[in-house]
Amino acid sequence: MSRTAAALSRATGRGDGSVIGGRVGLIIDPDLLAHLAAGRQIALVSGTNGKTTTTRLAAAALGVLGPVATNSFGANMPSGHTSALAKAGPTPYAVLEVDEHYLPQVLAATSPRVVALLNLSRDQLDRAKEVAMMAALWRAAVAGHPAVHVVGNADDPMVVWAAEPATAPDAAGVTWFSAGQRWHDDSWVCPACGSHIERVDGDWHCTGCPLRRPQPQWTVKEGAAVAPDGTPYEVRLALPGRVNVGNAATALAVAARFGVRPGDAVGRLAGVTSVAGRYAQVERDGRRIRLLLAKNPASWLEAFDMAEPAPTLLSINARDPDGLDTSWLFDVDFAPLRGRPVLITGDRAYDLAVRLEVNRVPFTHVPTFAEAVAAVPPGRLEVIANYTAFQDIRAVLDRVL
Amino acid sequence: MFSESAPRTVSSEALRLVWVYPDLLSTYGDRGNLLILAHRAAARGFGVEALEVRSDQRLPEQADIYLLGGGEDGPQALAARRLLADGGLHRAVDTGSVIFAVCAGYQLLGASFFAKGDRCTGLDLLDLHSDRGPTRAVGELAGPVDPRLGLPTLTGFENHGGRTHLGPEAAPLARVTAGIGNDGATEGAWHGKVLGTYCHGPALARNPDLADLLLRWATGADRLAPLDATWTDRLRAERLAAPH
Repeated sequence: MSRTAAALSRATGRGDGSVIGGRVGLIIDPDLLAHLAAGRQIALVSGTNGKTTTTRLAAAALGVLGPVATNSFGANMPSGHTSALAKAGPTPYAVLEVDEHYLPQVLAATSPRVVALLNLSRDQLDRAKEVAMMAALWRAAVAGHPAVHVVGNADDPMVVWAAEPATAPDAAGVTWFSAGQRWHDDSWVCPACGSHIERVDGDWHCTGCPLRRPQPQWTVKEGAAVAPDGTPYEVRLALPGRVNVGNAATALAVAARFGVRPGDAVGRLAGVTSVAGRYAQVERDGRRIRLLLAKNPASWLEAFDMAEPAPTLLSINARDPDGLDTSWLFDVDFAPLRGRPVLITGDRAYDLAVRLEVNRVPFTHVPTFAEAVAAVPPGRLEVIANYTAFQDIRAVLDRVL
Repeated sequence: MFSESAPRTVSSEALRLVWVYPDLLSTYGDRGNLLILAHRAAARGFGVEALEVRSDQRLPEQADIYLLGGGEDGPQALAARRLLADGGLHRAVDTGSVIFAVCAGYQLLGASFFAKGDRCTGLDLLDLHSDRGPTRAVGELAGPVDPRLGLPTLTGFENHGGRTHLGPEAAPLARVTAGIGNDGATEGAWHGKVLGTYCHGPALARNPDLADLLLRWATGADRLAPLDATWTDRLRAERLAAPH
């Protein structure tokens, strides 16, 4: 029955089938995820941004040890975890991407060996929990599972506070990493005491309580992931952008907790080329089209870093999975796009038009993706879109993977 | 923070915009109101000085427009305490400055509001108080504006759990035809040059005439040169026609 549902979902074009199979399974047996997880060594990866990519990279790194189950289509709720594990058969290892809201539930169901906490920033506020509430939810979950080792982002005060219970003497401990976070607007107020958080260069500390940046064991330097012993491992990735070097370092830190030596794993990371269609390149009518997903302010900053200075199409929707509110457009500074031809499309292109006007970024509105392709000369076309806008364009491009 | 900043000038004639406590009151696109006012003022040839004043700094006096954004319960209560202790916003109102507040910032302009289950003392700059409603109001918000303000229909997106009750000294900003606003009947409030709304985040993006009203209040200009309204008109028409 689950397999039929997945086939139906694919055939009707509503999804890639990776969620719906698990949803039917969970209705039949709510303990299914726990049963499927039993006997496997599992790593969970959660955070507002980078979790799909980091999951793929961590799965590639753990592949050194043997077959790894993973939900590589970004189906990151318990139904997606259930189908990933069911589909994979009896693998000894699993790396699962987890939606931030579901982390407590999935921690309880899967008893993982490691959980990687990447970052927390604003994302779809009209339905998501506010950032500080999410950090509190994570902190309680970490406190409730002292046997789980945390791989945590030292640069994000929300993560450091959430992971703190794992540093207790009887807990499994924390491996801190620093991957160079750019987005700081959600962590000026200390989650522990409400005081101002002072940032100086890369360092930060609370002005009202002892919360401060821990010394990271894993860092990033000039395209290399630097291991706790100081050895730099040059990361050669097929994925663009500095942010993915950070994601690679995080993946190596996760794999190291399973005994994987970074030198054995680092070469496998280059095999990850596109992640659920993200970063994929497609040829159409002489245009080399590259798709970048940007779903919230922090990930837009990263997308601008990855995009080449070529004609750029921005596509914005505000359907349920995107969040119905487009206010976040004013949290993104689009100025890096000045000087290149900018096209805009999507359900909510007019919200974007008003934003770009205020930002003094000239643009052209096009009603469809096909018209955008026709409007640019042969060569590179960068496409940056939020979630359902990205899925729409992927559908037009015949579901590139 | 961001590199995007308003055009600056050192002229004493510059219009001074102050974003009050972005470290506490900035939930989702709140910066937009500062950017939009700066953009529309600069397009009319005004020099603009935009300041972001953190909660551990003193509020500068004699700015032309003070902006308050949305915030979570804890930061909202903290912002109210710091503003009461600072006193700068009260002095600004006394000297005729403009205040524009959205969502949590709007609530804390009243006599009291609820945060984390406790009643908190507000600034009492608008004759209103807020409590918790039975449901969270999330979605499109629209309605005709108080005719004395001479503005077209208000449109915005609301996301709050509060209900706000107006006293006789505060006039509703609009009547509600879509959404909840204050209580399902009225939305927002104004008195003198103090104006608040539940349209959250960059409320002025969809209401450019409201932005210009604030600029006219601040500059004393009777009218401002019209700006190209192609995209704001299209956005307004689309949102006002959208299902609620």
